[in-house]
Amino acid sequence: MNANVLSAKTEAELTLAKAYASAKPNLPGDRKIQALREAAFRHFDAQGLPHRRIEEWKYTDLRTLMHDAKPLAGAPSAASRAQAKNAGQLLAAMDARRIVFIDGAFVPELSDLSGLEKGLTIRSMHDALAGGDALITAHFGKVVPSDGDGAIALNTALMTDGALVRVAAGSTVERPVLLVFTASGDKPASVFSRSLVVIEQDARAMLVESHEYKNAYQVNAVLELVVGNEAHVDHVKIFGGVGDAVHISSMMASIGTRARFNDFSFITGGAVVRNQIFMRFDGEGALAGIRGASLLKGKQHADNTLVLDHKVGGCQSREVFKTVLDDESRGVFQGKIIVRPDAQKTDAKMMTQALLLSEDAEADNKPELEIFADDVQCGHGATTGALDEDLKFYLMARGIPEKEAEALLVQAFVGEAIEGIEHAGLRDALLGQVASWLSARV
Amino acid sequence: MPMLEIKNLHVTVDGKQILNGLDLVVNKGEVHAIMGPNGSGKSTLAYVMAGKDGYQPTQGEIRLDGENLLDLQPDERAAKGLFLAFQYPLEIPGVATMTFLRTALNAQRKKRGLVELSTPEFLKTVRAAAAHLEIDTDMLRRGVNVGFSGGEKKRNEILQMALLEPRLAVLDETDSGLDIDALKIVSEGVNRLRSPDRSFVVITHYQRLLNHIVPDVVQVLSRGRIVKTGGKELALELEATGYAQYQDEAA
Repeated sequence: MNANVLSAKTEAELTLAKAYASAKPNLPGDRKIQALREAAFRHFDAQGLPHRRIEEWKYTDLRTLMHDAKPLAGAPSAASRAQAKNAGQLLAAMDARRIVFIDGAFVPELSDLSGLEKGLTIRSMHDALAGGDALITAHFGKVVPSDGDGAIALNTALMTDGALVRVAAGSTVERPVLLVFTASGDKPASVFSRSLVVIEQDARAMLVESHEYKNAYQVNAVLELVVGNEAHVDHVKIFGGVGDAVHISSMMASIGTRARFNDFSFITGGAVVRNQIFMRFDGEGALAGIRGASLLKGKQHADNTLVLDHKVGGCQSREVFKTVLDDESRGVFQGKIIVRPDAQKTDAKMMTQALLLSEDAEADNKPELEIFADDVQCGHGATTGALDEDLKFYLMARGIPEKEAEALLVQAFVGEAIEGIEHAGLRDALLGQVASWLSARV
Repeated sequence: MPMLEIKNLHVTVDGKQILNGLDLVVNKGEVHAIMGPNGSGKSTLAYVMAGKDGYQPTQGEIRLDGENLLDLQPDERAAKGLFLAFQYPLEIPGVATMTFLRTALNAQRKKRGLVELSTPEFLKTVRAAAAHLEIDTDMLRRGVNVGFSGGEKKRNEILQMALLEPRLAVLDETDSGLDIDALKIVSEGVNRLRSPDRSFVVITHYQRLLNHIVPDVVQVLSRGRIVKTGGKELALELEATGYAQYQDEAA
C-alpha cells in the first residue's frame, strides 16, 4: 500500500518533501514554530499539491501545472545584491519607503529604514521567527484560518523570511511602504516568503508589494494582515516580472470594527498565477473594496480566488475584477461571499468582467453566494465578451488607427478598476503599465 | 477634379442589396443634401463612405480628391479628410472626451506629417470650439457622450468636426432628435465651417434642417440610387409632395 501512495506522488511533490527534510534543521523558529511547520508539512504530504479534484483549485491544478519543484533559494549573493539596487523602479514616482527582498530574503542594506515614522516598525520575518516577537505570538497563523489549504500549508512548512510590519495605534504613516520582492539570478529557485502586517486601532497606512520575478521561479508567498478597529489600510499587490514563473499568493486579512480596507491585485507577469484572498469582517460597520486587474497573453494562466466572510453585520464589501485576455491565455475568477447568520445588514456586491482579445483565450467565472442571514443586500455579476466593434469603428472613423483604438478601449475597461486606487502616483504607475502592456501587443 | 466622385456604387448589407449603382459628384465648396424615404439607403451611403464593417461594396468606387476610399481603412479615410457625423453617436465609458479628441487629432496630424499639438495649444483650440457650441468644459472631462442628452451628443459631433477640420463632412441625420434650439446651435456650427475648400453631404429625411443649412444641390435617393437632382427649392417641393412619386419611379 505504502508503495502505491508514493508512486502516486508527482515529481514536484517528492522534491518538495526531500527539500523539507534537508532544510528542516536550519529553518527559523522556536519549538512552537517548528511544531507548526511539522503539522503543516504532514498536511501537505497527505494531500499533495492542490489539484482539480479539490473544488477551490478546480481550474488551477498545480499537479499538472508544476512539472517539477525548483531547489530552495539560498542566501542572496553579493552580485545579486548589487543587481537589486534599482529594484522597484517602475514605482519610483510613488515616493514610497522601499524595502527590498531578494529571493524572499530581507536585505536591510538596500532598504530604506531611516527616519521611520512614529509608530512604524519593520523587521525581517526570519529574525522574528528565530528570535521571537510579540506580534508572532499574538497573530501568527491565527488571522484567518486557512481551512487546510495545501498551498498555505506548504508555505508554513518551508517559510524562510518576509516582512513583519507594525503600525501602532493612532499612527498615520504618510509614505507608502513598498515591499519589493526580486529574484537573484538566472537559476530558477523556490521562494517561500511569509509576511505579517498589523495595523492597529485608528492607524492609517498603505502597503504595496511588487513582485518582480524572472525565468522559471516558483514563488509561494503568504501575507497575514490585521486591519485594526477604525484603521484605514490600502494594500496593493503587483504580480510583475518576466518569464515563466509560478506564483502562488495567499492573503489572509481580518478587518476590524468601522475599519476601511482597500485591496488591489495587478497581474501582468508569471506563467501561472494563483492569487487567493481570504478576508473576514471581524467588527461591524467596516468597508472593504477588493479589486483587481489582470492583463494576460501568450499561455499565461491567472486565477483570482476570493473568499469574503461577513462574519458580523453592518459591513459593506465591493469587488471588481477585470481581466484582459490575449492569445491563448486563461483567466479564472472565483469569488465566494459568505454571510453568517448574525451578519444582518450586510451589503455585498461583486463584479467580474473578462475582455477577450483573441479567439483562443478563455475566461472562467465562478461567483458563489452563501447567505445565512435574512436582512442583507448581496449581488454578483459576471460578463465575458470581445471588444465592441461599433465603438472601435467610431474611434477609427475619427482617424485613430485600429491598435490605438483597441488600446483606448482596453484602458477604459481596466481603468474602471484601477480608478478605485486612492493613491494618485500608484494609479498613474499602473495605468502606465497597462499602456506599455498594450503597446507591446503586435 | 470633383472633391467627391461616387461612381456606380453597389453595396450589400447582410447579403441584401441596398445601394444600386449610385452616382454622386460633389465639387469643392458645395453643400449637397441627400434626401430620401426611410430605407432608401441614406445611412448605408454614410457608413460605406466611412468604411464600416459589414457594408460591403460589390461594384463601383468612391473617390475623394481622386483617391479611391474603398481601398482604405476607416482611420486612413479620416486622415484623408473625410468626417462622418453619426446619426447615433456612441457612448464610450472610461475614455474622457478630452483624451478622445486629442488622440484623434494627433493621430490625423501624424498621418499628415504634422507635429502633434502641445497641451496648451490643444486646450486653447478645444475651448474655443466648445464655447461656440455651448459645450462646457465639464462635459469634456466626462467619458465620451456618457450621460449626454441627444442634443449634447450631436453638438459633440460638430465639435469633433470643428477640431478635425475635414475636407468633406458627411452629416447623417444630424437633425434627428434635436429640438429647435439645439438644431440652431448645430446648424450654426456647421455653417461656421463652410468654406470654398470644404464640402458637405447632408443626409436628412426632413426639409427643416435645410432652412438652417442651405444646400447648393438637393439629391433624391430612392431604392439605392439618385433619382432626381435639383436646387434648394427641390427640398421644399418634397416637403409638399412627399417621396411617393420617386419610389414609384425607381421601381
